[in-house]
Amino acid sequence: MRTKRSPWLGIHALVMLIFIYVPIAMIILFSFNESRLSAEWSGFTLDWYTSLFQNEHVMDALKNTLIVAITSTVAATILGTLAAIGVRRVARKLKLATNALLYLPIVIPDIIMGISLLVLFNLMEIDLSRWTIIIAHITFSISYVYVVVTSRLSTMGKQLEEAAEDLGASPWQTFRFVTLPQILPGVVSGAIIAFTMSLDDFMVSFFVAGPSSTTLPIYIYGQVKRGISPEINALCTLLILVSVALIFLAQYMLGRGKGQKKQRMLPF
Amino acid sequence: MKKKSGLVVLPVFLWLSLFLVVPMLIVVGISFLRRDELGNLIYQFNWEAYATFFDKLYLGIYWDTIVLSVLTTLICLLLSYPLAYYIARSGPRMQTWGLALVTIPFWINFLIRTYAWVLLLRTQGIVNNLLLDLGWITEPMQMLYTKGAVLMGMVYTFIPFMVLPIYVAIEQMDKRLLEAASDLGASPSRAFWHITLPQTKSGITTGAILVYVSTTGMFVVTDILGGAKSSMISNIIQTQFLGARNWPFGAALSVIFVITSLVLIFLFNRAMTTRVDRVKEGRI
Repeated sequence: MRTKRSPWLGIHALVMLIFIYVPIAMIILFSFNESRLSAEWSGFTLDWYTSLFQNEHVMDALKNTLIVAITSTVAATILGTLAAIGVRRVARKLKLATNALLYLPIVIPDIIMGISLLVLFNLMEIDLSRWTIIIAHITFSISYVYVVVTSRLSTMGKQLEEAAEDLGASPWQTFRFVTLPQILPGVVSGAIIAFTMSLDDFMVSFFVAGPSSTTLPIYIYGQVKRGISPEINALCTLLILVSVALIFLAQYMLGRGKGQKKQRMLPF
Repeated sequence: MKKKSGLVVLPVFLWLSLFLVVPMLIVVGISFLRRDELGNLIYQFNWEAYATFFDKLYLGIYWDTIVLSVLTTLICLLLSYPLAYYIARSGPRMQTWGLALVTIPFWINFLIRTYAWVLLLRTQGIVNNLLLDLGWITEPMQMLYTKGAVLMGMVYTFIPFMVLPIYVAIEQMDKRLLEAASDLGASPSRAFWHITLPQTKSGITTGAILVYVSTTGMFVVTDILGGAKSSMISNIIQTQFLGARNWPFGAALSVIFVITSLVLIFLFNRAMTTRVDRVKEGRI
């Protein structure tokens, strides 16, 4: 049903979208601005992008970021998918406990997760490195994979799996030939979300990154605290494009599959 | 066989226990310890860290943090509800687009979105330049490194957290109630206050909790838009662990942060239900 809406609602919505997008648009626009310092447009250039790719620190941070994102995504996707499949078959109490445990990383403020991992690594005398960031990222990414795969599983029912088992398939065969093909879009989209989360994470990484394992967001933070620079505009623009592209890809994967009810991708 | 395949939950259980639950318990434990001059922990139970919190300075900072978080939540709610309502009541095409447009910023790094405001607000920034060019001001205004900038940065960062749950609540609500209300002669505004608003309180609650907790835990916005002058509880927690090396105090602050958040969430939840119940009993 479409109810009559006051025109003010439409104007408000428009103003809000302008409020949300103008700052982002400014970063993108000024990443192409010729002048290094001015806040006024002085001509188009791609110099900041080329200097970005010649900047050793940026390339180093990019390398760290990608290694962390890829490793943590693979691990979190496997763990999260297994949990989503397994949780349907455990006793009710254990199911509630698992659910609670898996929602924790989403609910707990990032700063708390960051400091508690820092404390853990410190007490265990593990030096902060790429690996500590990877562990941290796996910890928060599992939940996102779990949520997406669970919602996918809930649309498919158990009949096919039960039929496979009745016909003598082993648990592995059932998983490989029945469950996995059906949930694959969910798994892929969960993996993309985990990847994006890892790529973008600052709060947790900030506490568990060692001096030689700077990631892109940590690098950006250091630069931003020193002031603005057109290279940072360019770097931010690239990150914005990558994040948005990945999210559209995840959404597309989730919407695939015949006869499936289209799922909305919300982080909660 | 059924039981066996449930075993695949085990790795996640172990992982999250080791890297999430145990570390948090350790933090709680540390909050009851002391440290020596070098920052090393002294394993002896005491309340020193909590006692430090009740210093005027820290109480004041925490009060400011709560005020800022509540303000951010309120402003987000006031701005988001009409927007979520507009999107939820649009045609299917507009709904998809509206939702996408509101969701996209959620996936863009908040660090980048905060930095955008530095570009806009600094003394030689875009806004000041524009206003000078227009002749509306003669001297650049100080906008960055003010409390207003922090508040706006927080609202800007967390608005998607509020719009999405409210949208879901409005979208899922039983529209027949509105038809019934209109058939019975209720004006649209009456129907809104007595049906739509109470029916969507779950969305408001979720959104408010997400925004409140996230604001309290967010030290970056204060750091970048507020400058060195303003600090929040999360800035102090961060310094205790990374700079000052006073772990017990940082741990105690974290415990206080989580507990007060839980208490506020509980109170808010209760306030929301009683209000709705009152409406239900009295009018519907």
